[in-house]
Amino acid sequence: MRDVAVIGVGMTKWGELWEKSLRTIFDETALLAIEDAGVERIDSMVVGCMSSGLFVGQEHLASLLADSLGRIPIPAARVESACSSGGLALRQGFIEVASGLSDVVLVAGVEKMTDVTGCEATYALGTAADQEYEGYHGLTFPGLYAMMAVAHMHQYGTTREQLARVAVKNHENGSKNPLAQFPFKVTVDAVVNSVLVADPLRILDCSPITDGAAAVVLCPLDLARKTGKPFVRIAGTGQATDTIALSSRKDLTWLESTRVAAQKALAMAGRKIDDIHLFEVHDCFTIAEIMITEALGLVGKGRGGPAVEEGLTSMGGKYPVNPSGGLKAKGHPVGATGVAQAVEAVKQLRGEAGERQVKGAKRALTQNMGGTGGSSVVHVFEAE
Amino acid sequence: MAGIVGYGAYIPRNRIKVEEIAKVWGADAPSYKKGLMLEEKSVPSPDQDTITMSVEASKRALRRAGIDPREIGAVYVGSESHPYAVKPSGTVLAEAIGATPEVHTADLEFACKAGTEAMFIALSLVQAGAIKYGLAVGADTSQGAPGDALEYSAAAGAAAFIFGQDGLVAETLDTYSYTTDTPDFWRREYQYYPQHGGRFTGDPAYFKHVTGAARGLMDKAKMKPADFAYVVFHQPNGKFPLRAGEILGFTKKQIEPGWLVPRLGNTYSGSSPLGLTATLDIAKPGNLILVVSYGSGAGSDGFIFKVTKRIDEVRELAPLTSVLLDQNKNYLEYGVYAKYRRKIRKAE
Repeated sequence: MRDVAVIGVGMTKWGELWEKSLRTIFDETALLAIEDAGVERIDSMVVGCMSSGLFVGQEHLASLLADSLGRIPIPAARVESACSSGGLALRQGFIEVASGLSDVVLVAGVEKMTDVTGCEATYALGTAADQEYEGYHGLTFPGLYAMMAVAHMHQYGTTREQLARVAVKNHENGSKNPLAQFPFKVTVDAVVNSVLVADPLRILDCSPITDGAAAVVLCPLDLARKTGKPFVRIAGTGQATDTIALSSRKDLTWLESTRVAAQKALAMAGRKIDDIHLFEVHDCFTIAEIMITEALGLVGKGRGGPAVEEGLTSMGGKYPVNPSGGLKAKGHPVGATGVAQAVEAVKQLRGEAGERQVKGAKRALTQNMGGTGGSSVVHVFEAE
Repeated sequence: MAGIVGYGAYIPRNRIKVEEIAKVWGADAPSYKKGLMLEEKSVPSPDQDTITMSVEASKRALRRAGIDPREIGAVYVGSESHPYAVKPSGTVLAEAIGATPEVHTADLEFACKAGTEAMFIALSLVQAGAIKYGLAVGADTSQGAPGDALEYSAAAGAAAFIFGQDGLVAETLDTYSYTTDTPDFWRREYQYYPQHGGRFTGDPAYFKHVTGAARGLMDKAKMKPADFAYVVFHQPNGKFPLRAGEILGFTKKQIEPGWLVPRLGNTYSGSSPLGLTATLDIAKPGNLILVVSYGSGAGSDGFIFKVTKRIDEVRELAPLTSVLLDQNKNYLEYGVYAKYRRKIRKAE
């Protein structure tokens, strides 16, 4: 296998992009990444997108976007793994370059979610749950994560305020990210008094519905060195699956797919979790980040709540988690999220993250997750 | 010089509180009250509709105008809840007030701005000298689907204005319209309840058009927010008009007299027109009033009125809007409200 580097990244402002279509937001970010990479040639393209069919009525997306970008007849594939579609697209792009099949691969993630009503969007997202065992019984994702939160609170004494601390921290970080959908701070008080969505989760515990895209350009490490431009190596990739249905899990409070994916990615990189300087993780709900910090091994089982309260995962803490603002503040265009995490990791390792820069960061880990953890994709990035 | 010679308001007595609706749907009343800045809304009685309310408001406008209804050359009713799909509201109104048969009538529909469209056209015909007086009404018994956010605001009310060239209570200094194709709210034929684009109804719809029309009109008239004693914006909820005012540089003091929505709800075509009747009720001669409506689909009409001395003579000739809003109220429980609004029906 060849070593793989990221030589270009692109992302535009996320939000309710009513004036732009899916292909427009894809094109804008893809062109930024290609420009950043300083390459002319693209050999192949992988796009992560969860549900363009339900959100904008468009399938056959990979060819559509290759055409829109003016790159036909390059091979292009769309990757779907619910909210981890972006992370999985990155992994597929990595495999394509590592295998020697292609040299310069564009990996993008995109989702256009605001062309439908809130109900339709909730339905589309709900298809990431087990329809027969969850969806048909009326469960939606806020409901599923609420049950996980209740179980975690019951089992480990995690508090309502600790959940709120995740949102407060990520909004604090996101307030320094000009591309974030919600670049403002929130208080614990505001979170715990915001509108109730699914007890105990309130609206400020939930990531938003977002239009957005992100893109990276990958190439073999040798080629990256020749460009003379800053690049970041993908040192490890790991992916794992779990039951989609929450009811089939042994433990409602544990994300096994994240643990396995992280172990694989770290083993491949030859690193331990303590070697990592920053983490971009899938905080689709505040409880998710608490459980992810446990599954990654940043803290022990059940210790995620106290950890955020003690500032362990804050910017100045031992393990800065979600310097970008996370899904909570940056936004969550589902298929784009995993690629945007890579964009943040690369910016941080190139020292270009501005006000939210983790000082001296040399290694970053991204964790992207589908559904309630039915799939997890983890990548380890290293600066040269 | 053309302008308003008489105006009248009508608001049904019945009210339902936000808490009463929220209770039924298991919704969080405080968040609706805070988020939409709504307390309660008006509800029409079973036999009330856009036509009956238009008649009430028009009779009051006639009282203040003190004119012979036979001199009214045009009757326009703007509403998105005309009782008939085919058969005009305007003919019933014209007949009821004694303006027939030498009169031109038309029913208008443009979501929440049909009322100001009626005003725009009636005023234009008066300015053109084609008619002596023109009657324009904005009235609605608006529909909100059960449990939808709109149910907390969809209210009932009517405002009527008679335009003419003499005996003015408010002179029209300028008008302006701002329109684009923006589908933020709609109801197709045979559908009972409208649909809306959620948050899309905000920035690209309401705010773009309301601020666009207000700025366009002030530029055209070479005026600025500080020149106006009062401003009235369309009021789909409590928050939107206040934010529009903030964006444009108006103070809450300028907005408040016409800001009826927290206790009235959104009377759709009657919304900004009723805000204007309430403002005329307290305005002093010489005051400038800016009115900007909004209709989904989408567009805004803007008017600048200058209040004349005659306002003090006619004000008390008909009930003040504040009296209609705050006195003699009858609070409904959800069940009765549901019956009145035909959400439940007796077996045939």
